[in-house]
Amino acid sequence: MISVTTVRRPARTMATQIYFLEILKGLLITLRHFFVNMSRHVLFELGLSKEPGAVTIQFPDVPAMLGNRARTRHRLLKRDDGTPRCTACMCCETICPAKCIHIVAEDSPDVQIEKRAKSFDIDLGLCVFCGYCVEACPVDAIHMDANDVELSAYSRKDMIWSMPELLGDKKKEAHR
Amino acid sequence: MSESKTVKFKLNGREVEAPEGRLLIDAAKDAGVEIPHYCYHPALGNPGNCRLCVVEVQGAPKPLVSCRTFVKEGMVVASDSPAAMRAQQSSLELHLVNHPLDCPVCDQSGECGLQDYYMEIGRYESQVREDKLHKGKRIEAGPHVMLDQERCILCTRCTRFVDEVTKTHELGIFGRGHGQYIDLVPGKTLDNPYSGNVVDICPVGALTEKDFRYKVRVWYLDETDSVCPGCSRGCSTSVHTNTERPWHNDGRRVARIKPRHNPEVNGWWICDDGRFGYDSLDHDRLGRVMRLKDQRRELSWTEAFEEIASALASRSAGKGAGGLVVIASGMLSNEDWAAFKVLFVDTLGVKHFVFGPEPDQLGEEDELLRKREKVPNLKGGQAQGFGTEIPSASWDSLAKDIEAGKVWGLYVVERDLTKVWGQRTADLLSKLGLVIFQGPNKTATGDLAHYRLPATAYVEEEGHFTNFGGTVQAYKKALEPLGSAKPDWAIFHGLAEHLAGDRREEAVA
Repeated sequence: MISVTTVRRPARTMATQIYFLEILKGLLITLRHFFVNMSRHVLFELGLSKEPGAVTIQFPDVPAMLGNRARTRHRLLKRDDGTPRCTACMCCETICPAKCIHIVAEDSPDVQIEKRAKSFDIDLGLCVFCGYCVEACPVDAIHMDANDVELSAYSRKDMIWSMPELLGDKKKEAHR
Repeated sequence: MSESKTVKFKLNGREVEAPEGRLLIDAAKDAGVEIPHYCYHPALGNPGNCRLCVVEVQGAPKPLVSCRTFVKEGMVVASDSPAAMRAQQSSLELHLVNHPLDCPVCDQSGECGLQDYYMEIGRYESQVREDKLHKGKRIEAGPHVMLDQERCILCTRCTRFVDEVTKTHELGIFGRGHGQYIDLVPGKTLDNPYSGNVVDICPVGALTEKDFRYKVRVWYLDETDSVCPGCSRGCSTSVHTNTERPWHNDGRRVARIKPRHNPEVNGWWICDDGRFGYDSLDHDRLGRVMRLKDQRRELSWTEAFEEIASALASRSAGKGAGGLVVIASGMLSNEDWAAFKVLFVDTLGVKHFVFGPEPDQLGEEDELLRKREKVPNLKGGQAQGFGTEIPSASWDSLAKDIEAGKVWGLYVVERDLTKVWGQRTADLLSKLGLVIFQGPNKTATGDLAHYRLPATAYVEEEGHFTNFGGTVQAYKKALEPLGSAKPDWAIFHGLAEHLAGDRREEAVA
């Protein structure tokens, strides 16, 4: 059953109409954050707390701190013998909602492996960083843990990463 | 023979009627119930070795295989009862004992019988803990077919095909027990003219197409009903195209051609020439309307129609319509033939046509499907009078007429004259004041013409072919035309309109 709740709009009183009080309220919130954060820093410095206060990072001079589970640039993985793990099954290409993965398949020299990627391009200009490709891969060949978020380029063409670049065999070079 | 009786029986609790003597699996299919099966194929018989089509029949001591059981009056059959489902699941599980389950790298994936039936009736937890048995992989069975013995479930459809349909006996089963495998008979390769069909009938990925290998995943393909233009049989086909992901299949739009079941024309099969003869649909295509001689330039269709119409009109007014010869072939659809007649017979009054398949459009013939005339629609031309009232002139007399200066113009539709005249072609064509070539592909004749008009290939237009037996079949549009190509009938129609327009202007003046 869907229940319906009627929410009344806040009444427009004189106090809200003149804005001045609301601006003051907002400033007070900022001020409260300042003092709370300040007291956290002081307590941490005095050894009374284990958690430090929040710090603004000077990005890009200081590298960005990324969460452990952050989805960053794709990386293609290799087998123990150094060959790419990818078998060109097209599962990632199929699941990709942005259609940014372009794989061309060929015969693998190893009969037991059967198939491998001839080329594997990801257009990061189209990628939406959903991580479905990582979920879809049956052989754990693609990860999104290169911890690289500085992906801007001077042209759309430069946003396309080729297989050696994704494998880490070749440095991505910008063509200006 | 007495009249065939119908019997009534119960299927999954439903009262169903079927003709007496019909196989239970067929009767169920008629009633809309598909019983899972691998070894049974309507054209290849029912050895009953896959044991997947088992159903529960009331009164029978154990489940029966529906492909070897005939319907009987008052029979009570259940294909979806718990006992029947359990029997089918067990059969499927046994089929998968040694199957490598390499679906991600298997070309059959997406149209595989094992995948389909596992999702439909399987969904069991596998009890197999033993290691899989390894057999031969990546074996080139023939020029068109790859064999993977590990994936095979030994349904024997392919061996029955080469034994019963082509009678060439290239494949056999070797070994014993679970070590059994399909292989080529020593000293033979699977190179009969119908070898591609074993790929279609293989319910798993054991036999796959070499041409299609790793080109496109099957779920990227669009299917369009079509008719093979390879010979006058006109087999029903399905054209599989990939347009959304052009980086696959080397940029070709047509990925493969499969037969479409049509009991009146081709049954279940097509020949390899038809199956793999789709390269011309994406290679060496004409896409621009060109004037090649007297200042090479790309034209718009309106410009081309105006120039050609005025050239045809002035020359036939001055030198007579008898000097224009039109070369066509059975490549034209019924619609094209109708517009062809309107333009050349009704509007221009042309008397000399060459459209017979000799000598360049003839090929091998056999009793199964292939016909000698390698064009699909000579009958459609006959319906318009070409070949009945209007005879096809011989190439030799045409060459003599050109040399004698009796001919001033040639209109060539989808035909390469160098295949008939060889080295002489350029010499003969240089004697003519007007040569127009119209067709979908680049040819030596097209390069020698004054005007070269791009026509659509059959997959880019709709139309009908009438096959040698008079069966009219529709083919549908699978792809957009390349460049500014137009269907043949539209080109004939455009020219006829411009010619009629010229005459109206003359009348006014």
